[in-house]
Amino acid sequence: MTSSPPDSSFMGEPDATGRFGRFGGRFIPETLMPACIELDAAFRDAWADAAFRAELDELLSSYAGRPSPLTECHRLSEEIGVRVLLKREDLNHTGSHKINNVLGQALLTKRMGKTRLVAETGAGQHGVATATAAALMGFECTVYMGEVDMERQKLNVFRMRLLGAEVRPALSGSRTLKDAVNEAMRDWVATVETSHYCLGSVMGPHPYPWLVRELHRVIGDEARQQTRALLDGADPDVVVACVGGGSNAAGIFSGFADTSAALVGVEPAGGAAVGAGIPGVVHGMHSYLMQDEWGQVEEAHSISAGLDYPGVGPEHAHLSDIGRAQYHPVTDDEVINAFQVLTRTEGIIPALEPAHGLAWILREAPSMQGHTVLLNLSGRGDKDVAQMMDILEGERS
Amino acid sequence: MSELGPVSSVAVSPIAVSPTAVSPMEAELRALRASGRKLLVPYLTGGLGPWTEHLRAMADAGADVIEVGIPFSDPAMDGPVIQQASELALRSGTTPGSVLADLRGVDAGVPLVAMTYYNLVFHMGDERMAGELAEAGVSGVVLPDVPMEEQGPWRAAADPAGIDTVLMAGPITPDDRLARVCEQSRGYIYGVNLMGITGERASLGEQGAVLARRIKALTDKPVLMGFGVSTPEQAVEVSAEADGAIVGTAVVRRILDGETPEQLHAFIASLRKALDAG
Repeated sequence: MTSSPPDSSFMGEPDATGRFGRFGGRFIPETLMPACIELDAAFRDAWADAAFRAELDELLSSYAGRPSPLTECHRLSEEIGVRVLLKREDLNHTGSHKINNVLGQALLTKRMGKTRLVAETGAGQHGVATATAAALMGFECTVYMGEVDMERQKLNVFRMRLLGAEVRPALSGSRTLKDAVNEAMRDWVATVETSHYCLGSVMGPHPYPWLVRELHRVIGDEARQQTRALLDGADPDVVVACVGGGSNAAGIFSGFADTSAALVGVEPAGGAAVGAGIPGVVHGMHSYLMQDEWGQVEEAHSISAGLDYPGVGPEHAHLSDIGRAQYHPVTDDEVINAFQVLTRTEGIIPALEPAHGLAWILREAPSMQGHTVLLNLSGRGDKDVAQMMDILEGERS
Repeated sequence: MSELGPVSSVAVSPIAVSPTAVSPMEAELRALRASGRKLLVPYLTGGLGPWTEHLRAMADAGADVIEVGIPFSDPAMDGPVIQQASELALRSGTTPGSVLADLRGVDAGVPLVAMTYYNLVFHMGDERMAGELAEAGVSGVVLPDVPMEEQGPWRAAADPAGIDTVLMAGPITPDDRLARVCEQSRGYIYGVNLMGITGERASLGEQGAVLARRIKALTDKPVLMGFGVSTPEQAVEVSAEADGAIVGTAVVRRILDGETPEQLHAFIASLRKALDAG
């Protein structure tokens, strides 16, 4: 009935049921099915439309600042014996990779004739990006954010409000990212005829995991060209990215899935869904999920609000399953160290999320001597400076 | 009674049921409908306080089916009241096993339908959950996050175990999907009155009535309308085009407010009386 899907280890399309291997699917209320079916059709149509692609490319370059550069870390590389390259998504407008996805979804929203964006946010980067796109296109915008995260990321809350978005606290459960997703879904089910749910990661019901990855594919495509130019046609030995839901990782992995580069996703130790390895169903998808002995979803805990998510995008679960990518945890202490190392050796203050990726590189450096490692520096650290000040000054006092 | 261990295995005793046969619950609801009665289906959260006493009181007060929520950590289709009830129940130690164990000790005299989210089923295993529900005397299940496309593994376990899978349809469900919901739903069809989550509403729009008419034009299975039904007047209103009303949040709010089984009995009786008076 359906044509056989392309080799899924190369990060192609999911199958007709929205699955990557055994993961993915569409576990949503009947009331949301029409919207997901409509979105799937709209995205397929738009993605095959040269005019849509040209409009998005133009926004990505003239508004978001793409292509983002590749930076070689000379001092750090010398210090640890590993050649470290950074894909500088921190230099995008709004300060992270999130803008790639949001601009694409905003154009889709316009194409579907909807006028309001609903989003969830953890650290606030996706919320800020969504509020930015809404301001750019004249949409209404409501962002749900866990009450705990609103406290941790006050500056981003204010930034979203400056941009004209309404920020509503998620007050249930752990009051972090997973609860913000629940609230966004509750809003969407009531407003689906006029609102688009601008999901911020490669998670949720089909087509989101695929759609969001395709919108971030630009990271991997650019990085592949840039590293080949730098490395005389060779690919890096290892490509590293942090994984909460997994959107920046999916974006950069997609550019290297068909090369011999090792793909490494780095999870916070307190939110290691792939590491825990227990399949489950929540937020519309079948994937790995942190849960108790009965299937109640557990709360993730990490220093980084952006990675405090107990699940993971289904394609990552699949890539882990088939061995194409590996996923490793790092601790908060390792992250705090990595944050300072990059700042002092390269003059780049990273967000706490990609500092997870660097923490893994620092730990594994002894076994990667002489290798070339590409890290997706998915966001800048401005939003985390206040939190780091509390942590580091607290240590000193 | 002892709580079930999370990994103990319970033998599933398959009851041969053809997918198109009328189930015992559906037969019972059809007979009540034929007698001229509008059906009343209250919902309560399992594990919340002395919930089996509330359940018995609702049965005594004239409920025709009772839906029992098995609390889940992330109830994405539920409003603040049922969210709060779920959180409180979970915090007091409620598990799917404890709700099932309690249910085995209940003889309510009316069919019981479990309502929960799929991860609790998936985690226990489709077959085991279907078997446990059948053992506990449960007639059906509503899984709001399992649309038709994803129900295969569950139905393969539930249908042979004699557990009716009640499917939902909403105001914007297109005609072709609505026809399939009517065909595949067992026991009754759960019509969602409005676009949104569970919770009381001051007034209900026209959408529910329009949906009820569309469903009735496609099937003679019992059609029950839920979401937003808060008062006896609204129960009568949504039953006009359908076979009855599902009342959830209005019940759970009363339980959260500390109403005794006797007080809840009075509320259910007021719904019963209004429906009987038409």
